[in-house]
Amino acid sequence: MSDMALSDPAPSPETRARRERRSRWLLLTPALVILSLAASGPLLVVVIYSFLTPGDYGGVEWQFSLDPWFNVVAERDFFTEELKLADAHLLVFWRSIKLSLMTAILCLIVGFPTAYFIATRPAHRRDMWMLLIMIPFWTNLLIRTFAIMELIRNQGTINTLLMASGVIDEPIQMLYTEFSVLVGMTYVYLPLMILPIYASMERLDFNLVEAGYDLYATRLQVLRRIIFPLVKPGVVAGSILVFVPCLGAYVTPRVLGGGKQLMLGNLIELQFGQLRNWPLGAALALTLLAVVMVALVFYVRAIGREGEHNA
Amino acid sequence: MIEIEGLTKTFGEGPTAFTALDDVSVTIQSNEFFTLLGPSGCGKTTLLRTIAGFLDPTRGKLTLDGEDLLSKPPHHRPVNTVFQSYALFPHMTVSENIAFGLQMLKRPKAEISATVSEMLELVQMTAMADRKTAQISGGQQQRVALARALAPRPKVLLLDEPLSALDFKLRKEMQLELKRLQHETGITFVFVTHDQEEALTMSDRIAVMNAGTIRQIGGPRDIYDHPAERFVADFIGDTNFLKAQMLSTEGAGSKVRLSSGAEIMAKPAQGEPPATNGASVTLAVRPEHADLCDPNGALLAGSLKNVVYFGTDTHYHVGLESGEMFILRRQNQPGHTQNWATGDRVGLDFAPGTAQILKD
Repeated sequence: MSDMALSDPAPSPETRARRERRSRWLLLTPALVILSLAASGPLLVVVIYSFLTPGDYGGVEWQFSLDPWFNVVAERDFFTEELKLADAHLLVFWRSIKLSLMTAILCLIVGFPTAYFIATRPAHRRDMWMLLIMIPFWTNLLIRTFAIMELIRNQGTINTLLMASGVIDEPIQMLYTEFSVLVGMTYVYLPLMILPIYASMERLDFNLVEAGYDLYATRLQVLRRIIFPLVKPGVVAGSILVFVPCLGAYVTPRVLGGGKQLMLGNLIELQFGQLRNWPLGAALALTLLAVVMVALVFYVRAIGREGEHNA
Repeated sequence: MIEIEGLTKTFGEGPTAFTALDDVSVTIQSNEFFTLLGPSGCGKTTLLRTIAGFLDPTRGKLTLDGEDLLSKPPHHRPVNTVFQSYALFPHMTVSENIAFGLQMLKRPKAEISATVSEMLELVQMTAMADRKTAQISGGQQQRVALARALAPRPKVLLLDEPLSALDFKLRKEMQLELKRLQHETGITFVFVTHDQEEALTMSDRIAVMNAGTIRQIGGPRDIYDHPAERFVADFIGDTNFLKAQMLSTEGAGSKVRLSSGAEIMAKPAQGEPPATNGASVTLAVRPEHADLCDPNGALLAGSLKNVVYFGTDTHYHVGLESGEMFILRRQNQPGHTQNWATGDRVGLDFAPGTAQILKD
């Protein structure tokens, strides 16, 4: 009897629950391994590096220092030892935030009507339109950026056409300005705005739009009171998807800003490259991460509050 | 009063073109409960959407109290719609939904809140005022959709199969409720349905539609008792069709000869000159107007093919000697002793003046 009980124990409810929990964790294991090796691990390295002293030829020396964090916002004059704000860094921070915000807004202004247009096409045509949106997205980022460059440079398509038609006598300087960076980033990140808005627009019941017109709402009122509140989750997702990568953008400002319109990504690259100040680069990278997180918290809070207000 | 004249709507062009409305003319009176009845694809919803302003007709005229409606966009027409899917705004509460139309009309705040509570009371939804529309049942959503459409006091309320999503019992309740609301508000209701029973119970007048045209307009009794043509007779209620021969016209009736040779008086076709004597005509006989009897001396005779018990009544399927099938309905009453069984030879009888001659 006791032998049988040992070889074939009926699992108690607690045992079963424990086993279920264990098997669920097992399913999570691959993701956990990758996340800890590929995300948390490197992030920890960056955090550690940001508290060390730069090596003479790049890399770090294992000596604790708060200088990197100090240097993110301030600098000591080389000769007079006088303290002052790191204007160059702050300017880059400001420009990154400003350009990212403007890109997100521009993408929204262009992307919202586009998503609406596609969502109101007959169902069998929508896929084709979405494909047209996605093709540039699948094209190499550098190629797309150079294509924009070709359009707006002084001897480029736009200036040549304008000069040939006699509208202007001298080429307009568009390349290597904040404008060119803005145009480039808007073009590159537009699909990331259109996709989520289209996704929520497609689920929108267009009977509601008709009901709006039926109840004496004008087109603008229908847009503001009915369509916009219902696709807001898509707008929120799209804005985040555009804003966050813009903050850390590297290729577009590098190519279209020509080293003059540095953004955070370029500044960080500079520290790890030419300037050989890895700890400062690490501190800047972490600051960028913090800015993104703070911005997200504010944004989500603001949206949430507005949602409650509407309810 | 809505006047519709020669309204035509064609979708597409060339060989694939589809005519949803074909030269429809009808006048709907003020304060009328008017029903557009027909099978799906008959054009009833197209007509309703044209009145609402969601569709532009290919040609034709549409006026409301003498004022042209076609030149106005939907939001300038004093017409509101109860949608089949209700189309309640999911991001608003019940009261916000009802207030929406009034807000768009820029009515004063005090008036809006007064009207909203009045409407909530009218449809008995006061307790649910602050719920989101997803938190109430289908029947309640239906009531809110009604209240929302009635709140701006439109001249005309359009209802697009509003009861089709409700279960049987609730549908019965809402039918009476709608009739009551129409009576209390004095608003013209234009109601679209494919359910003939619903049309008969609620309407002042019914327009029976098929293939983009109106086949017959009349009161429920009129349409049921005097169907003008085969389609109407077949679509409204159950009907038996019998071949007969026209003999003579006598006063208001026509004498016809049935396939058995028996002669009987029938109602002549509506709005048509009487058929020429000797012509072959189709008769419509309602199942409840006929009765079983002894085959000897009966109008028609045949054999009983099937007996189907329905609780309140029993249906008898009789295969006539002419080859036609006749279904008749007898109410089940405690006193009924006479029983027929499948295979019996039976006679069929109906009173003079109950059969309707149909337009061909």
